[in-house]
Amino acid sequence: MPATLTKEPPAAYAATSGSPAFFPREHTHSISGPVLTQTTPAREKDRFYIVVVGHVDHGKSTFVGRLLHDTDSLPHGKIEQVKKACAAENMDFEYAFLLDALLEEQEQNITIDTTRILFNTGKRDYAIIDAPGHREFLKNMVTGAASASAAFLLIDSREGVQDQSRRHALLLSLLGVKQLIVLVNKMDLSDYSEERFNGIVTEYTAFLSTLGLQPNHFIPITARHGENIANRGDNMPWWQGPTVIEALDSFTNTAALDDKPLRLPLQDVYRWDARRIFAGRIESGRIKPGDKIVFSPGNKAATVKTIENWNGPLLESAGTGESVGITLAEQIFVERGAVASPAENIPYITQTISARIFWLGREPLRQQRTYKIRLTTQETSCIITRIERVIDSATLESISSAEGHTLQINRHEVADITIRTHKPIVFDSHDNISPLGRFVITDNQQIAGGGILLVNDADGQKNDSHLHPTTGKVDRRARESRNGHPGAVIWLTGLSGSGKSTIAAELERQLFDLGRQVYWIDGDNLRLGLNSDLGFSEEDRQENIRRAGEIARHFADAGTILIISLISPSLASRNSVRDRVDRGRFIEVFVNAPLDVCALRDPKGLYAKAKTGEIQNFTGISAPYEIPTTPELELRTDQLSVGDCVAKILDRVNAITRTGDDWVSI
Amino acid sequence: MDHLTQLEQQSIFIFREAYHYFTKIAMPWSMGKDSNVLIWLARKAFYGKIPFPLLHIDTTFEFPEMYQFRDWAKEYHSIDLIVRVNEDAIARGVNYDTHDPVTVTHELKTVALQQAITEHKWQALITGIRRDEDSTRAKERYFSPRNADFEWDYKDQPPEFWNQFTSRVGPGEHIRVQPLLDWTELDIWLYIRRENIPIPGLYFSREGKRFRSLGCWPITHPVPSKARTVDDIIEELRHTKTSERAGRAQDHHERNAMQKLRAKGFM
Ligand SMILES: Nc1nc2c(ncn2[C@@H]2O[C@H](COP(=O)(O)OP(=O)(O)OP(=O)(O)O)[C@@H](O)[C@H]2O)c(=O)[nH]1
Ligand SMILES: [Mg+2]
Repeated sequence: MPATLTKEPPAAYAATSGSPAFFPREHTHSISGPVLTQTTPAREKDRFYIVVVGHVDHGKSTFVGRLLHDTDSLPHGKIEQVKKACAAENMDFEYAFLLDALLEEQEQNITIDTTRILFNTGKRDYAIIDAPGHREFLKNMVTGAASASAAFLLIDSREGVQDQSRRHALLLSLLGVKQLIVLVNKMDLSDYSEERFNGIVTEYTAFLSTLGLQPNHFIPITARHGENIANRGDNMPWWQGPTVIEALDSFTNTAALDDKPLRLPLQDVYRWDARRIFAGRIESGRIKPGDKIVFSPGNKAATVKTIENWNGPLLESAGTGESVGITLAEQIFVERGAVASPAENIPYITQTISARIFWLGREPLRQQRTYKIRLTTQETSCIITRIERVIDSATLESISSAEGHTLQINRHEVADITIRTHKPIVFDSHDNISPLGRFVITDNQQIAGGGILLVNDADGQKNDSHLHPTTGKVDRRARESRNGHPGAVIWLTGLSGSGKSTIAAELERQLFDLGRQVYWIDGDNLRLGLNSDLGFSEEDRQENIRRAGEIARHFADAGTILIISLISPSLASRNSVRDRVDRGRFIEVFVNAPLDVCALRDPKGLYAKAKTGEIQNFTGISAPYEIPTTPELELRTDQLSVGDCVAKILDRVNAITRTGDDWVSI
Repeated sequence: MDHLTQLEQQSIFIFREAYHYFTKIAMPWSMGKDSNVLIWLARKAFYGKIPFPLLHIDTTFEFPEMYQFRDWAKEYHSIDLIVRVNEDAIARGVNYDTHDPVTVTHELKTVALQQAITEHKWQALITGIRRDEDSTRAKERYFSPRNADFEWDYKDQPPEFWNQFTSRVGPGEHIRVQPLLDWTELDIWLYIRRENIPIPGLYFSREGKRFRSLGCWPITHPVPSKARTVDDIIEELRHTKTSERAGRAQDHHERNAMQKLRAKGFM
């Protein structure tokens, strides 16, 4: 860098007098080569993704570094740069440092997160994904492995088959990575012994076969010295099999899903202009204008009118992997999560799922707790109804607890479970259409586990216990259009004495006077009637909320504004209701007054009784209240008047406005 | 499907997921080649309309042609553009004459970005970073969380697989959405050629040199090159073995300079 800088860039880069934009097509004449007339490039080759897995320290990163080096795939000066940095820090050079770029990784000589690097053999372009072997970073290994079509699994010849050698293989099988080459590394540390190599081959082959995995090859290598990677070297004359580079081409491209029936899960509906564009990625099959399709769940039939395109003509067809946007000939109402398929080949629909899952969450997965499940673009809350068995992923044996029944799945464990979902889930068998046969479980919107649906196509589990949602001839939109306002649920949650019923009563009166279809249900009234069979245990409280939510949903669907006032202390239960109500129509109002204020108001004398223990499980005193994390409104009733509270809710209700032929929240 | 189309379609999918999960989004726009590809992909994903604002963090040290390009492209793509300058740092006299490039980059880019995010309460930023640019970027996620101090917790990134992404954003936090992660420099140029995407003229040879990567003019150096068309550049890249960011001084200031910059919120 020069000692002093001028205040202006060099003259060659001063402002231009011509157009500041350069369009490639207008500049195809090349001075350094022949004039090119072709504007679209020759077809670029497919890229093949391979993950490198195995136990910690067995030499994965060293192998990848060496592979890049021996195939001359590193940028100029990269090795020298890393060697210089090592010398400066007094560290021995490691090929692994080419991948392990983080300071923390180099200092501890360990891979923390996956890296992807491209290289090619002349035959094919490869992306190599270097995964960490340490147990602690299993989530990163999964992240890397899930996008691969094949794997190299490394085993240190001296240490032999270890915990993560087995666990990684199990995860590969769950992730659907079936092509595998096993590299027995660090042969130098076993005197290049053929016997040792054969011993590992026998032991590991037996283990892999229990997972249904059959490696393409076992190859003895030394990653550090580059033996049997690109070159053979002189130390293993007994090895007649292929080198790594020779074996690479035994990996085959995974079959495309183009020939399977169409599965197009909707991502979104865009309405910027007169068009109503249904956007999504085709997970299997193909689509073209004129196709008759059906959206599940709900069995809504439609005809594809166009496949949209920007900056080009409409598409004549589209296939698997394409992110399309279609318009339909009919006016139907479908949302994100609906899956389009041919009418004669629709996916399965269920609310009860059997699955094998792997758990990555910091907190254990617990039976009876509520989570969210995401399968393609579908998302709904779910409850783990039963943990059937937990599998020790290192030994593949069932772990049974003392009572013979496991109530939780710990981090990094694999288990078979049953899940009940709040909304119906649309799926296919994993063997048939894998993207529709796998899902993730999220906890607070972070991915905490993944799973494969266990379903036998022959079971014909097409419908959950023969129940179908029935639809009539009058739909919600027709009712809303007649009423001149949308249906909605106004859910007032908060401590006893916080002011829910007072606000609800006033709100109902005002909405009624404004000419709205409105009805108020109070929690106490529910408990006196419909829910008189329920007590105050955790489960009964959840059921109380679930029933209230179902009623509310029906009212909203009938075009009514339903006000419900209910302590509803459980965050997960409230969120389940939110999930069941159409998007934008659930208004959660947190009626908030400090506990001491509520206890002082004590309109029903309940706090007094709770404090003496006469009433048990009393929210705020002897049972928890989970504060809403994303309420549409929070009302501090110790600071606002009833009139102010009602006015704020009315504003929020009026914010649901009409756009096009539907109502949305703004 | 050829691999360029595969990359394009995956990027479009990511754009749409981001738009679904987050209501408050912005897309930083450096006017460089990658961010012009991003604009193109956004318009494809949303059929012409870009349903969120673009953000230019103006260091005041951009090449004059870049400002000209910005004003031209704003009209061409109908961009809803927000321009931010860290006025306070400029007033304090932070510049390349008096400070080292890491400090200036941090002040004029990262801090300005932080100010903009805080003000607009964005939950997600769509960025054009790629794995092949730098070995720490190689470890990134498509949806990569940044905490309220804008730090990247590279030691504990959330899992991401089967096209499912982290969508949790706590108060003050945001997610970096990175649709170009799997693209290479060569892919970018192949795509620019295939789609005829307008870009600034500075990438092409003048007086025997061109820019491969564009940043602040005092610290961005052109490399020797005769490439005067996109075809030339593609041909050049197929044979080159020097890294793209070799001409960007802040990357080479000290060992792991990029990691340190990035951990603090740099892109
Ligand atoms: N003697 C010998 N040492 C090797 C060989 N291959 C790797 N090593 C050494 O084994 C150590 C661990 O290698 P890494 O490549 O970091 O192992 P890794 O499997 O990537 O480790 P994690 O990613 O942390 O799980 C390093 O010190 C390597 O130099 C080999 O063939 N022979
Ligand atoms: Mg490693």
